Amino acid sequence: MFHSKVFVTLKKSILDPQGKAVEQGIHALGFDAVDDVRIGKYIEMDVDTNSREDAERMTKEISDKLLANLVMESYSFTTEPVKE
Amino acid sequence: MAKVNIGVIVFPGSNCDHDAHYVSETMMEQNARLIWHKEGSLGDVDIVILPGGFSYGDYLRCGAIARFSPVMKDVVRFAKSGGLVIGICNGFQVLTEAGLLPGVLLRNQSLLFICKYLHLRVENASTKFTHQCKAGEVIEIPIAHGEGNYFTDPDTLKRLEDNQQVVFRYCDRSGTITDDANPNGSLNNIAGIINESGNVLGMMPHPERASDPVLQHTDGRKIFQSMIHSVNSQFQTVDNLIRERS
Repeated sequence: MFHSKVFVTLKKSILDPQGKAVEQGIHALGFDAVDDVRIGKYIEMDVDTNSREDAERMTKEISDKLLANLVMESYSFTTEPVKE
Repeated sequence: MAKVNIGVIVFPGSNCDHDAHYVSETMMEQNARLIWHKEGSLGDVDIVILPGGFSYGDYLRCGAIARFSPVMKDVVRFAKSGGLVIGICNGFQVLTEAGLLPGVLLRNQSLLFICKYLHLRVENASTKFTHQCKAGEVIEIPIAHGEGNYFTDPDTLKRLEDNQQVVFRYCDRSGTITDDANPNGSLNNIAGIINESGNVLGMMPHPERASDPVLQHTDGRKIFQSMIHSVNSQFQTVDNLIRERS
């Protein structure tokens, strides 16, 4: 069994108004050092297979076809074995 | 003239399905049918409407999950075979997710959900969805969305513009395209686009909410009338062909 964690964010070239709004909040909180706040999605899932290669292939396919829309988003993921 | 069969797809979370059905059947006096998203086939339809709403609660991304509904396979087949498909608001989002239209609808630049009447300029009045309008005509149709900010890559945008696939643009009362008239940040004030073959249209504004005279706005009728006439003239062409051959 493997566990995948997928991180989806808007591409750098796309304005992230939500991130901008949160950035303003952070500045209002007094953290002027913080910049370039981006908001994304985090998805985790168990993948029932004994092969790391299979787990990574499935995670990639799911991300490409469903979890991310590559017109506006990019993603990264990690896949680790689950200790039973 | 025979009545046109209009199918309105119902996803869990659709909320403009009954409006689209009402306008098709009561206002336009055609045959309309609600089609549950789990149906495997569209049945006998001439026009498919993907209505507005919040399919699957807008989870993940607007339209992302609806695209995998069982009926969508047949919608894609219908579209590829030249059938008329219109996606309104959430329906437009579903069409982009399904790859039937290019681009994507991002969160409104203001982050606000905007619900109001707006002016649109008809950029292409020779489509199957707009031929009852005049080119450059300004029509008034409401929007109601939080994610209507049309975006695509520069190459696709250029192709859309070069091919006259931008059908509607947000404009002011006089028809001028301005930043102030752009409610959501859409590239080039785009409010609606059509596919290359001219049989799939996506638009954020709601023509079904501007069709009943009781609401004092009826510009949306022109879109329904255009689609219905297009289907009828197709029938006529086929009839004529059959007559010529017999």
